[in-house]
Amino acid sequence: MLETENLGKTYPTGDEALRDVSVRIGGREVVAMIGPSGAGKSTFVRCINRLVEPTTGRVRLDDRELTGLGEDELRNARRDVGMVFQEYNLVERLTVMENVLSGRLGYVSNWAALRRDFPPEDVERAYELLELVGLDDMENKRVDELSGGQRQRVGIARAVVQEPKIVLADEPTSSLDPETSRDVMELLTDIAVDRNVPVVINIHEVDLAERYADRILGLHDGELVFDGPAADLTEESKGVIYRGEEPPEATTRIGTSEPTDAEATGRRAEPEPLSAED
Amino acid sequence: MAGTTRDWTRFDTRERLFRIGSVVVAAAVVIGSWEWLDMSLRYVSSAPLQVGDLLGRMYPPDWGYLPNAVGPLAETIQIAVVGTIGAVLMAAPVAYISAENTTPNRATYALGKLIVTVSRSVHTIVWALLFVVMFGPGALAGTVATAVRSIGFLAKLLGEEIEEIDFGQVEGVRATGAGPFKLLVYGIVPQIKPALVGVSVYRWDINVRAATILGFVGAGGIGVQLFEAIDSFAWRTVSALLFAILAVVLVSEGISAYARRKVR
Repeated sequence: MLETENLGKTYPTGDEALRDVSVRIGGREVVAMIGPSGAGKSTFVRCINRLVEPTTGRVRLDDRELTGLGEDELRNARRDVGMVFQEYNLVERLTVMENVLSGRLGYVSNWAALRRDFPPEDVERAYELLELVGLDDMENKRVDELSGGQRQRVGIARAVVQEPKIVLADEPTSSLDPETSRDVMELLTDIAVDRNVPVVINIHEVDLAERYADRILGLHDGELVFDGPAADLTEESKGVIYRGEEPPEATTRIGTSEPTDAEATGRRAEPEPLSAED
Repeated sequence: MAGTTRDWTRFDTRERLFRIGSVVVAAAVVIGSWEWLDMSLRYVSSAPLQVGDLLGRMYPPDWGYLPNAVGPLAETIQIAVVGTIGAVLMAAPVAYISAENTTPNRATYALGKLIVTVSRSVHTIVWALLFVVMFGPGALAGTVATAVRSIGFLAKLLGEEIEEIDFGQVEGVRATGAGPFKLLVYGIVPQIKPALVGVSVYRWDINVRAATILGFVGAGGIGVQLFEAIDSFAWRTVSALLFAILAVVLVSEGISAYARRKVR
């Protein structure tokens, strides 16, 4: 269960990228976060594992507060958050296997990491994941020899091998063609079910979001303006998210910037699997 | 359309004046330097004669001397090898702190830049003079001089390479919960590895050449023999030694070029 409370980020330049975002994400729901470029989607996911340091608010993962953790504890906490990036962020000159196993770096000693000496069960898990993402027999290829789609699969394998409590994907399809994008979205939704973890996906293709996500979060100008099931995303709500139009009277489920309301919407939209889990 | 001819010039008047001014200043610097140096051209006319005379005394090279040069030549290469390896080991942390994106704070950054500048601003031969005083004549002084001079070169180029890396790759590793050492090993080193190998081998190649004259100041290597031969006007020995040095330099350049091509 991921919980953010009034999460906000103002960059040193004075840009307020994120304001008072409060959500709860749990179970194995697939959550798509949509919004125009610069709405703060990327900042939001990066604030969760503090690749970007939030300026206000709190982040909790399974009752452990990530905001305010010291360096060492933060590193331990990051092991529980798998992350997939738009530009893959794989180490280009290392092999596929080294990149996947780097997902286990948080669990091995420096000396073992230097010698690529990972426990056999990690290696086995890595092999299984490579099969799952469809890259069998590619383990010794260097990443810079792979296509975009293959790289993103390695990226997903690296995130999942961490055995995370949540997977964050920052625009995972933006550098891919439509066909590959659908494959990647399918893979991510499969992982939510398979590993029983929630998956949060930043995405700007609304059709992909509607098709694959259980729940949609809409950001406009750093504020959460929509939080609800994918089925409830209407043309009006898209107008609010993408063009900042005033929400029409009370018919749509649109949160306001007031934390209490947003908190309430978050709770209202709590997914089914969560209650099933109890 | 027809009535309006539009005017276009690549430079406006101010830019043109600046360009002309630059040329005038450059010419003045060259002419001024020449005058200041007060060089005499008296010997230029007799130079061809002198060269011919010298070449005559150098020919034929005294190949018989070369077996005596094998040891010193090997020592020259070893000075370059040990000096370069030592320099790489010492330059790596300096590169890390003198790169803007990895240095811990402003003070370490300044320290890194200071080490680079001090090391680079003094020539190997001057370092060798200092270390001969410190360690006495011999290969040790030459090796340390080579290493100290190379640190700045290597740290500067590697530091610039670190500044050029794709930080996304580092971020990807950071997100897994890796600490600073693992970030270095997985996120940074693979990205600078080709440069690390290329720059080190290139520096070794430079060091082989520099080591051939270290003997002039008593810091070991083939330079000792060369200096003695010149001092005693044994020109045929000198020419044999110069050929031997040329061969060694060619081989080291070949190795350096091969290694840099090989690592991607």
